[in-house]
Amino acid sequence: MMTIAAVQQYLDFAYVAAVILFILSLKWLSSPTTARWGVLAGEIGATIAVAATLFNPEIVQYKWIIITLIIGAAVGIPLGLVKMTAVPQRTALSHAFGAASAAMIGIAEYYVGVPRVTRFQMGEIGLEVIIGSLTFTGSLIAAGKLQEILPQRPIVYRGQNIVSLAVLGLALLLAILMVINPAQAWLFPIMVVVALGFGVLLVTPIGGADMPTVISLLNSYAGFSAALLGFVLNSKVLVVAGALDGSSGFILSVIMCKAMNRSFTNVLFGAFGQVTTSAAAAKEERPVRSASPEDAAGILEIARKVVIVPGYGMAVAQAQHKVRELYDALIKRGVDVQFAIHPVAGRMPGHMNVLLAEADVPYDHLKEMDEINGDLPQTDVALVIGANDVTNPAAKTDKSSPIFGMPVIDVDKAHTTMVIKRSMNPGFAGIDNPLYYMENTLMLFGDAKAFVTNIVKELSTHN
Amino acid sequence: MPPDFISNVYVFIVAGFCGFELIKRVSPLLHTPLMSLTNALDAIVVVAAIIIAGRHETALTTVLGAVAIAASFSNMVGGFFITDRMLRMFKAGKAKQ
Repeated sequence: MMTIAAVQQYLDFAYVAAVILFILSLKWLSSPTTARWGVLAGEIGATIAVAATLFNPEIVQYKWIIITLIIGAAVGIPLGLVKMTAVPQRTALSHAFGAASAAMIGIAEYYVGVPRVTRFQMGEIGLEVIIGSLTFTGSLIAAGKLQEILPQRPIVYRGQNIVSLAVLGLALLLAILMVINPAQAWLFPIMVVVALGFGVLLVTPIGGADMPTVISLLNSYAGFSAALLGFVLNSKVLVVAGALDGSSGFILSVIMCKAMNRSFTNVLFGAFGQVTTSAAAAKEERPVRSASPEDAAGILEIARKVVIVPGYGMAVAQAQHKVRELYDALIKRGVDVQFAIHPVAGRMPGHMNVLLAEADVPYDHLKEMDEINGDLPQTDVALVIGANDVTNPAAKTDKSSPIFGMPVIDVDKAHTTMVIKRSMNPGFAGIDNPLYYMENTLMLFGDAKAFVTNIVKELSTHN
Repeated sequence: MPPDFISNVYVFIVAGFCGFELIKRVSPLLHTPLMSLTNALDAIVVVAAIIIAGRHETALTTVLGAVAIAASFSNMVGGFFITDRMLRMFKAGKAKQ
């Protein structure tokens, strides 16, 4: 019979092994050729850690552990099987689950220790539970918006930022009061509820187009709440995993903000809502040139180099498989086809890449914005499918544009630009796009999927 | 201050930098799988939930621990699963041009 301390030592070895595997997992993820090894390393690490934990001598009852592990697997497998178009909302939901479990463990830890909780522990627990709770409700709201259960447009009202900050202030104040006297157990549930409320207020005013940043920020919060939980429980494996997840979310948030030329505070507190009125008022009737699928097919057919720019509209129309057929048809004719992916195209980082990979477009044809922009002046046709703001040339020239300074894909430099769009309605951010009125732009009005289908049909009859 | 606090700070800082350097190198191509993979790794909080539920101290803490097990384990299973599904879809083109 081993002593408790001896068992604990073996458990620590298991956790060290898990941490090594987690770091290797992220290292291997850096390239598509080794990435699947990364998943395997992560899986082995997680399995070792969970299996070892089951031998922890502190555990006196296994019934609920087994039942809830089975429930977790039963919920997790369908969530791992969702369609690729549903990945953003699935991701938001998993941030909610992760943050909720970190918050619940923090809450349990408080009630386990309550008369003996020190001020220092109280500070750690308070911060951890506040971040976990606000990430939980914030992520649920984000998932609701992405699933379109909730409206995607920003919901704003006068004095919103003051109300939100006051609620956050209240949560922190309650935490401070509890640090002063950790035995005031009645304050604890109030603090949790206020933090949950702040999460709702934080994400409700944010519009769908800002989701890539928000989802990354929530990712980062979920990670840091797990790391803080590691401090509370003195568990180094949680500190490491939380720090890795937190820094990953943080880097992605920074990349997303840079890709929109906005700051964190601007994304969180400067909802695009106010812009809509001024942009709509300035609208005037200007001529646009439109074209039929036959015209579009004719132009694509004689092109040597085509760049396709996908956006959220492609995801909404589920057009990725048709786009792939178009790609095949053009490649067969010897046309050089590349895809230009803007970092914030879609609703989460990398969204377009996953959709196109699902449709079997080889990943070496998916180019980042900076990589492809230099090629656009030599491009015969730029075909924009369901993207709007990320192609707006006003971001480069018009200082009064709300997106001035945002890096965009230079489709206006291509010899011909074709834009598949439902109507002339300005996008979700309500910003007019001068691209549509340019001389070498052809508007292809219609549903992305239907229009691409028609182009493909046309191309097949031309053989 | 608990004696282990400072050693945890060291671990956090080193892991944070390590994560920063590793993740900076992940191609934007794989940003979606990156997020689902780090989510699955983060679900390691399940080990803390297992201990809370297994210690069986009060009804409240057992329930909180049990729900936390279900929530985080579903993230772990679902996260690894969907990441692998996504990565299997990324195929290189035939090297002809």
